[in-house]
Amino acid sequence: MKILVPVKRVCDPDNANKVKISDSGDDVTSEGLEWKPNPFDEYAVEAALRLNEKAGTTEKLGETVVLSMGPSDVQQTVRQALAMGADRGILIETEDSELDSAVVARALKAVVEEEEPDLVLLGKQAVDGDSNAAGQMLAEMLGWPMATFAMTLATDDGGESLTVGREVDTGVLTLKVQTPAVVTVDLRIVAPQGVKNGETPDDHAYNEGARYASLKGIMQAKKKKIDSKSLDDLGIETGLTTEYVKFELPPARTGSCEFVETVDELVEKLNAAKVL
Amino acid sequence: MTDVLVVAELMDGGLRKNTLTAVTLAKQIAEGTGGAFDIVAIGEGSQAAAAEAAKYGARKVLAAEVEGGYVAERYAPTVANLAADYEVITACASTYGKDLMPRVAARIEAATISDISGANIDGGAVTYVRPMYAGNVFGHVKATTDKAVVTVRQSEWDAAAESGSASPVEDTPVESDDVADKLEFVSLESQKSERPDLAEAETVVSGGRALKSGENFENVLEPLVDALGAAMGASRAAVDAGYVPGDLQVGQTGKVVAPKLYFAVGISGAIQHLAGMKGSKTIVAINKDKEAPIAQVSDYFLVADLFEAVPELTNKVKTIKAG
Repeated sequence: MKILVPVKRVCDPDNANKVKISDSGDDVTSEGLEWKPNPFDEYAVEAALRLNEKAGTTEKLGETVVLSMGPSDVQQTVRQALAMGADRGILIETEDSELDSAVVARALKAVVEEEEPDLVLLGKQAVDGDSNAAGQMLAEMLGWPMATFAMTLATDDGGESLTVGREVDTGVLTLKVQTPAVVTVDLRIVAPQGVKNGETPDDHAYNEGARYASLKGIMQAKKKKIDSKSLDDLGIETGLTTEYVKFELPPARTGSCEFVETVDELVEKLNAAKVL
Repeated sequence: MTDVLVVAELMDGGLRKNTLTAVTLAKQIAEGTGGAFDIVAIGEGSQAAAAEAAKYGARKVLAAEVEGGYVAERYAPTVANLAADYEVITACASTYGKDLMPRVAARIEAATISDISGANIDGGAVTYVRPMYAGNVFGHVKATTDKAVVTVRQSEWDAAAESGSASPVEDTPVESDDVADKLEFVSLESQKSERPDLAEAETVVSGGRALKSGENFENVLEPLVDALGAAMGASRAAVDAGYVPGDLQVGQTGKVVAPKLYFAVGISGAIQHLAGMKGSKTIVAINKDKEAPIAQVSDYFLVADLFEAVPELTNKVKTIKAG
């Protein structure tokens, strides 16, 4: 099936505690931190590749198109996904400050109308803004069904529908969704057997996590096509729906860590603090 | 005057308690702006849930009966239709609220403001505070649209108290949309537990990869969990390793908890785990490695082998609780 995977770049999530606030409090600055693909979107790329390949062969079952939005250097984010194995890229040039969940969803809707994918697969949230909204908003704008927080994904009826296991806070909720659809993915989608496409043998076990780009993949990615356009080219309403008036760092935890060596000492401290 | 609609979450044919955190926000906005708040109970068992929701001081409670399991596409049209009468539409940021509410927002062309930890009201305008970057930044944000769809981080908000009176309950019509025919609810598999709900427990004991197996969660950690009357949680590493199911995960992308007492057992303290628990009042780490990053947020750190320390601690706790 044809799959569109939007990928956001975020500042290195493993160093998210090193982001700073500008003196004015107007901006979050991530200077000195590397840009990385949003981990959940990277899992979406992996899931799309698993859906569209017959594992162990070079046979492809559909086209995987990746898209990113932001300043021109987000091309790097698109190339990384192409190096993993995606077929083609789309770059929507704009400034990060021009984007919020609603604008992203409107922009994706415009691209979807042009590309007509069977599935839009994306991360459940970007780990910078932590909003967890763009996929749901896109589905509503398109009038498509959705399945959020997917931990398992299997095609049925040759791709006419998908059975999706959603990781919800009370357990696992299973939906059967007709395509075209929007699916947002959770961590567990990249478990060895998270994705089934009816072509790769059901007992095939992938390596845990998103695949690394091979050297060959990186070389091939340089030749893959990336279409560039500006946010304005899409002809959408570009007004933001939210305005951040201030950012601040969280209050530091009070007190310092007391180290103890024995259970008795610990219990004594906890009793003294009246927390047991 | 800002009128607020609370979208209740239903569970097992009744009101899910996390709804009351959104009620607290609704009360704050209504009182702060001279508006009113209503609650809609939508789903299977809406009458029973509405009767429960009527205890918290809403102007009125609306009941919309939708049979079958929850899917956002079957709920969003009704909620969006009701939203015409309100400026703020809110729900708890559980997986239910996170799934449904942005869909509602898109339908009514409102801003989505997710997972807020606070709200400030000044001259009738509401500014929301929300954790971002795994809780490392707090953003203060306003909606530029006429309406805002807001979800509330349960661990940062108190549950509303009963008002002592009963709000009137009205039935409200269910709206539908063709998109609901394009998917079906298949099943919800829940593991029932006798323990308190992770998101609501006063004490949480979480285990990490150092537990080494699901059996060790059962044999080593669970006795401590039960001796403390706690809920059990886990790090992402422990869930990824298959030791425990995903709904126990505490972290940026799992559950965010803020109990009075949190035990991190054999958890090194990755940023995404800290994001889910650093709001806890007292944090106790048990770890062999005193350099583990969990120390940055801990109040007490027992430097010990968990396989020796946890059973010993369990016995001490049992003695204390029995005494």
